[in-house]
Amino acid sequence: MQLEYFQLIDRIVDLNVSERTITVEAQVPLQNTIFEGHFPGYPIMPGVLLIEAMAQTSGWLLIALMKFERMPFLGAVKEAKMRGFVSPGELLKIDASVVHEGSGFAITAAKVSVGGELRCNATITFRHIPFPNPDLRGHMEAMAKRIGFPQQAIAHD
Amino acid sequence: MSSTFDQVATIIAETCDIPRDTITPESHAIDDLGIDSLDFLDIAFAIDKAFGIKLPLEKWTQEVNDGKATTEQYFVLENLSARIDELVAAKGA
Repeated sequence: MQLEYFQLIDRIVDLNVSERTITVEAQVPLQNTIFEGHFPGYPIMPGVLLIEAMAQTSGWLLIALMKFERMPFLGAVKEAKMRGFVSPGELLKIDASVVHEGSGFAITAAKVSVGGELRCNATITFRHIPFPNPDLRGHMEAMAKRIGFPQQAIAHD
Repeated sequence: MSSTFDQVATIIAETCDIPRDTITPESHAIDDLGIDSLDFLDIAFAIDKAFGIKLPLEKWTQEVNDGKATTEQYFVLENLSARIDELVAAKGA
């Protein structure tokens, strides 16, 4: 997890295109300036970043389903529930699945757990469009390799 | 069994918190009911689920942007309902 670069997930543990599910891991850093303010003397991971982590996890699943030809963008977050605190140094397991694939949009359900204990979950809506430029696609492909995105899921045209 | 329009109107009323009695077959979802594109995704999701179809929103938007269709053709509710009926019929064919 590189909070400064808004990279919230570290590695894809499982990506099942036919089941439309993904599982990733993310290591919360032990130290970060964010924890100095959130909160002084009682550091916990901000809920908005946990939502972003669930959105990024869902995003990689959608990219895989769309054969790396389209980019999902966050549209709406519903029923986001912060059920327990996430502390510095904890290892997150984030699962996401597709609830609905519409025309130009998709809805996912995602959850974050630590050691088998559910910490938060949300339903997330994305709009997706063809990659707007080669730079973004190249950046996403490079990141995909870094986090263990199945290379066969990257279409080459 | 309620008509397609009735089902669509109920979905819109419940999804967007719009009084059901203000929604008529002549209502334009965008111009009259003030539904924006993001809110329309919730409606599309509910319609897709209720009718077992996939509203081709991208295709419709492209046609409107290209000047090949008007928003009235797809977003006036009686027309939207007719498009839904066509999609349901095509699915069963």
